[in-house]
Amino acid sequence: MSLDQEVEMMRQIPLFSGIAPAMRKLLCFGSERLTYDPGQALVKVGDMADAAYIIIEGSAEVSVPSPHGPVIVNTLGKHEVIGEIAIFVDLPRTATVTAMTKVEALRIPKDLFINVVRQNPDAAIELIKVFAMRLVNTTQQLIKNRAGAK
Amino acid sequence: MERSLFGYIIRYSKRDQLLIVPLVVASMVLYFLSLDLPKTIINEPIQGKRFPDPESTVSFLSLALRLPEFLGGDWRLFDGFVLERMPYLFGLTLAFLALIVANGLLKFQINTMKGWMGERMLRRLRYALFDHILRFPLARFRRVKSAELATMIKDEVEPLGGFVGEALITPLFLGGQALTALLFILYQHVYLGMIALGMVAVQAVIIPKMRRRLLTLAKQRQLTARQLAGRIAEVSDGIVEIHAHDTSNHERADIAARLGRMFRIRFEFYQRKFLIKFVNNFLSQLTPFLFYSVGGYLVIVGKLDIGALVAVIAAYKDLPTPVKELIDWDQQRLDVQIKYTQVMEQFMVENLAPPSLQDVIDRPPLPQHGKICVSNLSLVDESGSKVVDGVSFEVGLDAHVAIVGRPDSGRSELAQLLARLVPPSSGTVSMGDIDITRAPEAVTGRALAYVGPSSYLFPLSVRENLLYALKHRPVREAVYAGDELREREFQLREAARTGGTSLDIGADWTDYESAGVANADALEDRVLDSLRIVEMEEPMFERGLRSAIAPERSTELRELLLGAREAMRERLVTLRMEDWVERFDPARYNRNATLAENLLFGAPVGKAFDIENLAQNPYVAQVLEETGLTGDLLAVGHQLAGTMVELFSDLPPGHEFFDQFSFIRHEDLPNVKAILARVTELGLTRIDPADRSQLLALPFKLISARHRLGLIDEALEGRVLEARRYFATRLPGTLRRAVEFFDPTRYTSAASLQDNILFGKIVSGQADATQRIGALMRQVLDELGLRPLVLKIGLDYQVGVGGARLTVAERQKIALARAILKRPAVLILDQALSVLDPASQSVVGARLAEHRKGEAIIWVLQRADAAERAQHVLVLESGRLVEQGTFAELKSRNGTLGRLLKEG
Repeated sequence: MSLDQEVEMMRQIPLFSGIAPAMRKLLCFGSERLTYDPGQALVKVGDMADAAYIIIEGSAEVSVPSPHGPVIVNTLGKHEVIGEIAIFVDLPRTATVTAMTKVEALRIPKDLFINVVRQNPDAAIELIKVFAMRLVNTTQQLIKNRAGAK
Repeated sequence: MERSLFGYIIRYSKRDQLLIVPLVVASMVLYFLSLDLPKTIINEPIQGKRFPDPESTVSFLSLALRLPEFLGGDWRLFDGFVLERMPYLFGLTLAFLALIVANGLLKFQINTMKGWMGERMLRRLRYALFDHILRFPLARFRRVKSAELATMIKDEVEPLGGFVGEALITPLFLGGQALTALLFILYQHVYLGMIALGMVAVQAVIIPKMRRRLLTLAKQRQLTARQLAGRIAEVSDGIVEIHAHDTSNHERADIAARLGRMFRIRFEFYQRKFLIKFVNNFLSQLTPFLFYSVGGYLVIVGKLDIGALVAVIAAYKDLPTPVKELIDWDQQRLDVQIKYTQVMEQFMVENLAPPSLQDVIDRPPLPQHGKICVSNLSLVDESGSKVVDGVSFEVGLDAHVAIVGRPDSGRSELAQLLARLVPPSSGTVSMGDIDITRAPEAVTGRALAYVGPSSYLFPLSVRENLLYALKHRPVREAVYAGDELREREFQLREAARTGGTSLDIGADWTDYESAGVANADALEDRVLDSLRIVEMEEPMFERGLRSAIAPERSTELRELLLGAREAMRERLVTLRMEDWVERFDPARYNRNATLAENLLFGAPVGKAFDIENLAQNPYVAQVLEETGLTGDLLAVGHQLAGTMVELFSDLPPGHEFFDQFSFIRHEDLPNVKAILARVTELGLTRIDPADRSQLLALPFKLISARHRLGLIDEALEGRVLEARRYFATRLPGTLRRAVEFFDPTRYTSAASLQDNILFGKIVSGQADATQRIGALMRQVLDELGLRPLVLKIGLDYQVGVGGARLTVAERQKIALARAILKRPAVLILDQALSVLDPASQSVVGARLAEHRKGEAIIWVLQRADAAERAQHVLVLESGRLVEQGTFAELKSRNGTLGRLLKEG
């Protein structure tokens, strides 16, 4: 598996598409490409966030702890990004991500990610879009829940 | 020790000095004869005084004893040889030669004896000074810098040793020589004698006067030099503060000012010294002028024969030298006297512990049962205030006692008093039936163990630091034979002559009994126990895994670890994890190792094949050239350089990514860009050698699997393997020891334990591989029962100067382990755990308490709430014991402890 393929993959992800090509290559070069077996956790709830991940191949589930055991809240697949929010705030992970199949992922260290965003306004705006979208979703969810409760 | 240098010299070298005196006297006699003989040679055979006609003969070497008439008058012992004029001349000159040789030999003997004597005295003095340091009260070390102590013992007493040999013999010898010469001249002619005498007198009066200022300068020179040494040590101790506060220039200015002062002093010193030399030389050369004029006049008028004049001039030639040397000697005497006094001032301290306090005692009585009784214990500090004031209490020798109070309550001082590190101003401490305040250190050093807030570790291995507490006396004498025995006997004789100890550092000093074990193996187990108690087992295990086995360790150990390698391999197969470690295979390229490692395929020993500099090695270059790899690597280097320039050009200098990811430093980027431009222009084959070697060096750190640059394809891998084989087979004999090749069936001594067990690289790209393989390795080692073995290897870890290679907390834990290893009757801890994090403080605290169940601990605590664990609590306030009892009692009483608890 070569670096060029990863760079090409990254180009297709909106979050990274606006980044200068050399910077994108550096981002890949400074990242680790990791293989996870089914059942192996990419991130664990409570751990400090030290990296973001891009799934290159395979799928993973996101679960949060609850009094009745972990609850699966989402499933992630190819080219999805994990943990990009947590690395901007020094807080422990709020969810666990577990590989469902064999997963190939690119692990981008926190410092590298932040640095790239700092130097690429396009990437920063993409990131804000992602966050804003989530906020919208969460708000709608909240409104729906409220309405349901009433 | 004597206050005056001469007192010291006479006391310790009287016998040796006296033994030399007869030799000096004999040398004077020979000297006189050698002065007299030339006169005879000139007057008799040369000028023919006793040879009125060619056939005259004289008797040579006749010996007669002149006795008074009543004893029978002159008694001829030997009639001598009857010789004619020419043989007589040669006889006399040969006699002259014999005299010179005999005198030379005598001088040689005298000098040798002086040298020995001086060296012995120097040795004695140094030993005595060191002995004083060991007996200094602790307070002394707050006032004197360690570097200054070292300078005094090392440098300042050095000239003293040289002078001791000269102290009495030199004035005797030189004085005798000068006097002989003077007498000889006087005996020849009174006027000439008076002239010589007068000049010597002028020299002897003026020169010392001129030298008085030199002495003051010498004293200043010594003091400033010593202070300089002290300041340099201070700067090295305080280097962190200097950087942190940007005071390096302040320090530069300070040292520059000191050097300036020293320069002034030394400059004036030399100026005066050379002036004196000039005056001295002038005076001594003035005399011959008088001799030639006055002596010549006397010869002409017939009042002096020419032989006598020649002899006088010859004798005078020898006169200024001894006189000058005598003056030098006097100068040196004053100089070393000053040095001696100044050193003594530093070493003569009040409250020096008596030598008997540190006597070697084989099995001193130690407190076993009973109580610790402290009565009316007080300590007055240097400023005269009572820091511990009339403290009295009684606790069992099995109790755990907590001492609490504010930082200025005298709690640490009380702990030091109880540990007898500081003698009390008044009051007593007894433990069992032993008076601790007066007991020798053989008792206190075994019965008590003290650990303060920051402990010192010696720059040895962890093991040696732990066993340090058991080395009270030589327990098993070393056995010597042959030359070693003779050397040891010689050393013993010399030590006895110079007041040194006869204890042998070569003996085994480790006292198993003190640790409560019977032999070395059991001791090793005890050491591991102690480490477990202070939570140091895991860190030492880690270090064991990361260290290489010392070559002197048994091959059996290597076999065991090879077993572990095999077990690890099997385990990985069983768990279907064999892909997680890419093992070293002589026939395969390891994609998780660097290209350098792949080429070398072994562990470098020493610097020659150090992975960092492999590309620069001439043999490596030769191998690359001969296997045709140079071109390939040059191409890879070129591509790599291109990629690096592309990736890193836009980053600001000093960016952390350079360190983390780049093959090129930021400052080298422009240069690399220039090289790339030249390659484009000229082509790879035609660039100059400097550019080539830069590009060639780049790929050596390339790890295919991690860097994913796709620069090393299978064909190139194959050629690297070829170069690997070529490298090994053609390796010249001189380099054979510089590398230990990997061999699946052999242990690699130069590699760490961990690397040996894995025998490969953990693959990059397998998530959590490092942690999981690490855990697996531990599991395998545990199952094979090799854990203690790895720990023991970890114990060989060198802690560095002052333990700097350990963390502060680890240092403190090692000090705690050292204290409990010797099983003291009373363990005294003065905030010993305060540098540990809160969690380990409570774990280690609890384990210590458990380990010392039924044995005393006196525990000065930083936080009052930690006293809950103790059976008895002492509360101090302003040096006074204000409350004592159980924790619960005192807490409910709402007194001082209550207040301390609220303050937190």
